[in-house]
Amino acid sequence: MVSPAHFIALSVILFVIGAVGVLVRRNAIVVFMCVELMLNAANLAFVAFARMHNGLDGQLIAFFVMVVAAAEVVVGLAILTSIFRARRSASVDDANLMKY
Amino acid sequence: MTGSLASASTIAAPAFEWGLLSPVLLVFAAAIAGVLVEAFAPRTLRRSLHIALSLGGLAGAFILAVWLGATNSHFAGGRPGTVIAVGTVGVDRPTLFIQATILVLAFVSVLLIAESSHEVTSFTPQAAAVPGSAEEREGLLAGLSHTEVYPLTLFAVGGMLLFPAANDLLTMFIALEVLSLPLYLMCGLARRRRLLSQEAAMKYFLLGAFSSAFFLFGVAMLYGYAGSVQLAAIATAAQSGTASATLLYAGIALLGIGLLFKVGAVPFQAWKPDVYQGAPTPITALMASCTLVSAFGALFRVFYVAFGQLTWDWRPALWVVAILTMLVGSVIAITQRDVKRLLAYSSIAQAGYILTGLIAANTAGLSGSMFYLAAYGFATVGAFAIVTLVRDPAGEANHLSSWAGLGKRSPLVAGLFALFLIAFAGIPLTSGFSGKFAVFRAAIEGGALPLVVVGVLSSAILAFPYVRVIVLMFFSEPAPEGPVVVKPSAYTGVAVALGAAVTVVLGIIPQPLLSLANHAATQLFVR
Repeated sequence: MVSPAHFIALSVILFVIGAVGVLVRRNAIVVFMCVELMLNAANLAFVAFARMHNGLDGQLIAFFVMVVAAAEVVVGLAILTSIFRARRSASVDDANLMKY
Repeated sequence: MTGSLASASTIAAPAFEWGLLSPVLLVFAAAIAGVLVEAFAPRTLRRSLHIALSLGGLAGAFILAVWLGATNSHFAGGRPGTVIAVGTVGVDRPTLFIQATILVLAFVSVLLIAESSHEVTSFTPQAAAVPGSAEEREGLLAGLSHTEVYPLTLFAVGGMLLFPAANDLLTMFIALEVLSLPLYLMCGLARRRRLLSQEAAMKYFLLGAFSSAFFLFGVAMLYGYAGSVQLAAIATAAQSGTASATLLYAGIALLGIGLLFKVGAVPFQAWKPDVYQGAPTPITALMASCTLVSAFGALFRVFYVAFGQLTWDWRPALWVVAILTMLVGSVIAITQRDVKRLLAYSSIAQAGYILTGLIAANTAGLSGSMFYLAAYGFATVGAFAIVTLVRDPAGEANHLSSWAGLGKRSPLVAGLFALFLIAFAGIPLTSGFSGKFAVFRAAIEGGALPLVVVGVLSSAILAFPYVRVIVLMFFSEPAPEGPVVVKPSAYTGVAVALGAAVTVVLGIIPQPLLSLANHAATQLFVR
């Protein structure tokens, strides 16, 4: 029997995978995808909690988060493509003009 | 937002007090009008229309905020304000004070954005053109400029106004994104040193998105805990303490990470120096003043309203963060060789001082912090305005070595910069001293004496790099090929003059603003 608690556990696992991915991956696009994974983990948690509390708030919030994530993609990809065109590289290690 | 699965045959339109939300709505309306100007107005008219619209919108919103505070029936006779828009937005005295502060500082920042005397503008002609390409040169020669910065600024300011007013965590998250997304873009629009600027935009974007994911997951945990995202409902649930404490503490921690990132507290400060250095200086001024005020407003509301009963649980963690922030900011500031990075580390240390006001968890802490934020905001906008004036053929001369002997080239500009630096250091007779005094006194009242000791120590450390810059400006010989101080137009002139005037006036007679802040903070936030 799959209970909402299982979904919460899954969302925590997804969130941790996303957070670790942001920290260890070097390609900016992959880093960004890991952030999206974290947002979707939060969505899963919202929907599962909505089920637990018998409310609609969580499901509604998930829609808001999707819209925000879409807006973030627009802004993020614009920045990342402009960097890629200038440097021919999407590695976050190559963006190192500013230090200390 | 009280959702239930019960079906309702008729839908009643929610009561929505437009009047109390009018400052925010006016700024958003001006932003949308700005988009229309961008789409339909001829290129020659655009810039002047944008400037009129932005300055007019911000000034109008400020007047509305003051007028609401003075005359609205929700504030009459010492009443604390009210929760509007079906419980999603709280309009109370501290919120109005913070919003008014943001609006004035945004107005001054827009003056810097509008500056065009020493170059066409601080912004790139075409953000999409690759740096160093023929396309970019064509854009420069054609005298193009990105006027989109004006509506983007207004959208960001609108988000900043909503962020500290948000009474539920969903609204707060949306406001956070509305304020952040335009800022990410504007960071990458510098006219000179474009690779640096794009790098700043990428770092700010990736780290900002990362931190807002933490914020959102914290909201999810608190929703799981309380069954609602309203701050008051979370406070009620925490008081009864029946649900899982793990969810509550995970929620506080994750939400705290998201908010502390925005104020640039250690260990979430890594973005600040790079972003402040790479972004166009007027945008840095906007971020250093308005974003900081707004993020602290939200931080105060969350910790005082939602977690107000749990002071003993979050205090120890924030003690560590505040101590680290004050010390790391001031110690690393000593090693800086770039004036914008120096100001960034100084801003990190200042965030630490304001955190002591948060930890005080009393009305004096809130009022002292609000006063400090206003005082610091003006000084920092003034300081960045001066940074835009010291230029060499490659643009702004940001390396400190080129500031040597500036006092001999231009005593006025160097003197004003020295004034802002001693205000940051908290020397008496400047606004920085009054602000630090107010915040630290509140922290002692709140039982955080060791924090105050660290704060004073940190200020002493921080005074060292400032004094070094002042000595460099006044007591060393200017290099023959050194930078020139350009004569500012009225825009930058007004910005610098306002910053300097407020810094001096709040240092000598802080009482009027201080008592206004006290008056605003007496009843804390509405629930």
